[in-house]
Amino acid sequence: MKRLISIIVALLAICGLLGYSSDRLQASSGSTGSHVLNLYNWGDYIDPNLLTKFQKETGYHVNVETFDSNEAMYTKIKQGGTQYDLAIPSEYMVAKMKRAHLLKPLDQQKLTGWHNYDPRFLNQSFDRGNRYSMPYFWGTLGIIYNDKYVQASEVQHWQDLWSPKFRDKIMLIDSARDIMGMALITQGQSMNATDPATLSAAEKKLNELAPNVKAVVADEIKMYMIQNEAPLAVDWSGEAAEMLANNPHLHYIVPSEGSNLWFDNLVIPKTATHTKAIYAFLNFMSEPQNAAQNAKYIGYATPNKAAKALLPRSVRDDQQFYPNQQTLQHLQVYQDLSPAKVQLYNDRYLEFKMHH
Amino acid sequence: MTKRRTWLYFIPYGLWLALFVIAPVALIIYQSFFDLGHHFTLGNYSAYFQSATYLKMTLNSVWYAFLITLFTGLISYPTAYFLHGLKHRQLWLLLVILPTWINILLKAYAFIGIFSQAGLANQFLSFIGIGPQQILFTNASFIFVATYIQIPFMILPIFNALDDLNPAFINASQDLGASGWQTFTKVVFPLTLPGVKAGVQAVFIPSLSLFMLTRLIGGNKVITLGTAIEEHFLTTMNWGMGSTIGVVLIIAMVVVMLLTGDQKPKGGTPR
Repeated sequence: MKRLISIIVALLAICGLLGYSSDRLQASSGSTGSHVLNLYNWGDYIDPNLLTKFQKETGYHVNVETFDSNEAMYTKIKQGGTQYDLAIPSEYMVAKMKRAHLLKPLDQQKLTGWHNYDPRFLNQSFDRGNRYSMPYFWGTLGIIYNDKYVQASEVQHWQDLWSPKFRDKIMLIDSARDIMGMALITQGQSMNATDPATLSAAEKKLNELAPNVKAVVADEIKMYMIQNEAPLAVDWSGEAAEMLANNPHLHYIVPSEGSNLWFDNLVIPKTATHTKAIYAFLNFMSEPQNAAQNAKYIGYATPNKAAKALLPRSVRDDQQFYPNQQTLQHLQVYQDLSPAKVQLYNDRYLEFKMHH
Repeated sequence: MTKRRTWLYFIPYGLWLALFVIAPVALIIYQSFFDLGHHFTLGNYSAYFQSATYLKMTLNSVWYAFLITLFTGLISYPTAYFLHGLKHRQLWLLLVILPTWINILLKAYAFIGIFSQAGLANQFLSFIGIGPQQILFTNASFIFVATYIQIPFMILPIFNALDDLNPAFINASQDLGASGWQTFTKVVFPLTLPGVKAGVQAVFIPSLSLFMLTRLIGGNKVITLGTAIEEHFLTTMNWGMGSTIGVVLIIAMVVVMLLTGDQKPKGGTPR
C-alpha cells in the first residue's frame, strides 16, 4: 500500500511538472499572447517555411492546429472555448458557418491582395462578394488511372467507368456528396439536385456500377493507387496530385461533361481575437510570391492568378490540375444543402454501399 | 463509524460510474429522442424499424459478429487449452496478449501490407504457383483480421477458467475410467464454460460495431451499424439518428449479456 501511494505521488508530481513546463512553453510561444496568430488548418496544408517567413516579416508567431474533416472543425468552433483566428473550411462549410453566425465578415479596407486573384474563382454562390471568405486553393473531382492497365482514351468520361471491362477495378472515395454527384452528372443532372426521384435514380445508377467497384475507401486510396493496387480511382484533384507525385504511371482526368469544383477558403471564426495578425496573414498569403511557394509545396491549384504566372510552365499548363476554359465552365460548386437534404444524399449513398 | 468509512470508499467508484458509464448512456438515450431540428420525437425509432436498409444492416452486423465470435472461439479454446498445459505458460500468455498493446489501426495497416496485390500473402501464393489473388476487400479477409484482433480477448478468460479448474476433477474423471475425450466433454468443457461465455461477451459485443476495419480491410463491402453511426455523427450530423442506432446496439449488448450470463446454480459453484 505504501509503495502504491509513493508511485501515485510520483506520477502526480511528474504530471504536475509536465503541466507546468507545457504552460511555460505556451507562454513563451504565446498561444494567448498578443503577437500570435492561431491558424486552424487541415493537416500538412501550408508550407512551414512560409510560417517562418511570415514571423520574420511581421513578428507574429503562427500556432497551427489541425483538423481532419469540415464537420469536426465546425463542431469544435461551434462549441466554443477555442481561440482560432483563421480557419480553412471547404465551400459548403463556409455557407453553413455563415448561416450559423460563426464567421466574422472580412474587413475589405484592410485587404490589399484581391487584385491578384482570378475573378473566375471569386464571388461564388457560397459567399457572394467574398464577404466572409478568401479562396485558398481550389480543385476538382476526377478519375485517376494507371497507364499500365488503362489507356487514356478509355476513361475520358464518367460513363466509361460503367464499362463491363472494368469489373472490380475501381476505387471510390468514401464521400456521399461526391459519389452521388458523379452519378448525377453521368445522368445529366445537377450535382446539387435535391429531388428525391432524381436521387433515387442516381442511386440506381450507382448500383449498376457496383460490380466494377473494388472498394469504397478514404485517405487510403492514395496509398493503394501508389502501390498499383487498383487501375482506377475516383478522388479529388488534391489527393490525385500527391498520388501522381509518387507513381509516374498515374494520371488524372477531369471529364469534360462536368464535375465538382471545390474551394478551400480562409475565414475568420467568431472566436478570433488577433485582428491585426489576421489581416497581416491574409495579405501575406495573397502576395503572388508566397501563394506560388505554397502552391508548389501543396501541389493544389491556386486561385491566385499572379501566383500561377510565377509557377513553372509545366505546372501551370498542366490540364490535369488547371483544366481548360471549356471544362471549367462545366464544373459545379456544391451548394450548402439543408440537413434533411444531406440526409437524403447519405441515405441513398448508404443503400448503394449496402448493395455492392 | 466503520459503516461511514465504507460509504466514503464508495464515492470514487460511484462518481466514476455516474460520470463515465451512466451519464454517457443517459445522454445517448436522451439524444435519440430528438430530430434534426431539436424537437422531441419518436421518429428516429420508427424510421429505424421501418427502414429495410437499417434492418438489413442490423442483420449483417449480427451475422458478421457471430462469424467472428465463432472463429475466434474455435481458435481460442484449443489454444488456451494447449497454453495451459505448457511449462512457461505465463510467458506464452504474455506473448498472446502482446498484440493488444499495439494500436488497432497499426495492425490494420500491417494487414493491408500483407494482403495487397504485391503483399506477402500474394508473393507466397505466386511462389507456390497459384498466382496472385484479390485478398483485400473480401469478406473473408475482413473476418480474418477481425478474428485475429479479437483472439486475445477470448483466450484470456478461457485460460483463466482453465486455471481455476481443480485438477482433482480431472484425476477423478480419469480414475473412474473416462477416456480423454470424455473427460474433456463431460468435465473440462462444462466447467470452463463460464470462461467461454465471458470470452463471447468480450468479442461479440465489440464486433457488432466495428467500422474502421470494414473500411480499411473490407473496402466498405461489409457495412455494419458502426458505419452508419460514424456517418450520422460525422457527415450528416444527425446525432439523434446516430444515437438511436447506438441505443439499439446497447440493447443488443444487454441481450447478449443476458443470454451468456451466469445462471446461478442452486447449490453454489462446484469447486
